[in-house]
Amino acid sequence: METVNLIVNGSAFSGEVEGRKLLSDFLREDLRCTGTHVGCDTGQCGACVVHVGGKAVKSCSMFAWEADGMEVATIEGMADEESLGDIQQAFQDSHALQCGFCTPGMVMSAAALLDENPNPTDAEIRDYLEGNLCRCTGYHNIVKAIRSVAERRASAGAA
Amino acid sequence: MYDFEFARPTTVSEAASALAAEGAQALGGGQTLIPSLKNRLASPSLLVILAGIDEMRGVDIDAGDSVVVGGATTHAEVASAAADSFPALAWLAGNIGDPAVRNRGTVGGSLANNDPSACYPAAALATGATIATNNRKISADDYFKGMFESALYEGELITKVRFPIPDAANYQKFEQPASRFALVGVFVARFGQEARVAVTGASENGAFRWAEAEAALSADFSSGAISDLSISADEMIRDLHGSSTYRAHLTKVLTARAVDAAS
Repeated sequence: METVNLIVNGSAFSGEVEGRKLLSDFLREDLRCTGTHVGCDTGQCGACVVHVGGKAVKSCSMFAWEADGMEVATIEGMADEESLGDIQQAFQDSHALQCGFCTPGMVMSAAALLDENPNPTDAEIRDYLEGNLCRCTGYHNIVKAIRSVAERRASAGAA
Repeated sequence: MYDFEFARPTTVSEAASALAAEGAQALGGGQTLIPSLKNRLASPSLLVILAGIDEMRGVDIDAGDSVVVGGATTHAEVASAAADSFPALAWLAGNIGDPAVRNRGTVGGSLANNDPSACYPAAALATGATIATNNRKISADDYFKGMFESALYEGELITKVRFPIPDAANYQKFEQPASRFALVGVFVARFGQEARVAVTGASENGAFRWAEAEAALSADFSSGAISDLSISADEMIRDLHGSSTYRAHLTKVLTARAVDAAS
């Protein structure tokens, strides 16, 4: 067992974790943060995207103890108790999900994109979502949702 | 996956000592190795994580003529740090996999694995890069030994890679959309009159330099200079994504595009 200390959505966690445990399994099984989905478990589909140290990563393709000492953000940290986060709300408003399986990863990738590039073009949004696969709605409404967040944040910032 | 022990060195010498153990394996960003462990294609008894070795991280622009990248530096870091000094290398790094993969995958991991369709081997060969390990320096021309084979000894570690900055360069990648590896990728670099052309994704022997194209382009650096050339499909990769003939065809098309874009 390895000792890990990390901060998940602002809460400190300290404990023992088996060396071979993936970050995705650690989040879901040990912390019961089951919003992080495991789709392909091979690093292709992006359903398991979380932020580690502020960067989007595939949590199925890193070990939990590699996040030792880091801050981890998951989909559970995107909403407060009262309301959805603005990206989640935009996904609902734009009907950017159908079955919802890919949505946690989509939202976490979108959040990372908007941190890096607050005003992306549609092409930049599509490019950034290259590692997030949706098999229901197609990507059009997802792109629309992310664009609407960028626009809303820009007008809120300008006001 | 099978269980294993971990070592977390903070210096190259600690890492080298750990890697001397029987069954030890270095772990860079894990974007190839972790899926391989899941499939039990690899079963090391000890994983040596390189991410905590500060001397193996970061990008330096050395004397304005080389980009020196630490072996444990991620693709995302290269894409951002080399954008002004060596845009073709930055573009290559910024188009590997997807953003989440680029935040984990490392230059050293890519070169050590030497996937026949990886992007970095093309940049290393085309620029005449030097691959520094914990005990020697290897020129790119001596480094690549075939599919998933390199000149690295067991337990040897890529600490830094020095990419000379060409006078003109471009990388063209025809992407295999499912894996996001190169179906074929061609890196063209020109240093003065000397042109170098390196091809990845095409050959069963891994990345290679296309000597005939280099000779033609060193005499005349224009896409027209290679219009009469053709490259043999013998020993080219063939799979469900493309035949060997198709890959040979792509090699020439992408070389011409790279020359046009670099001119």
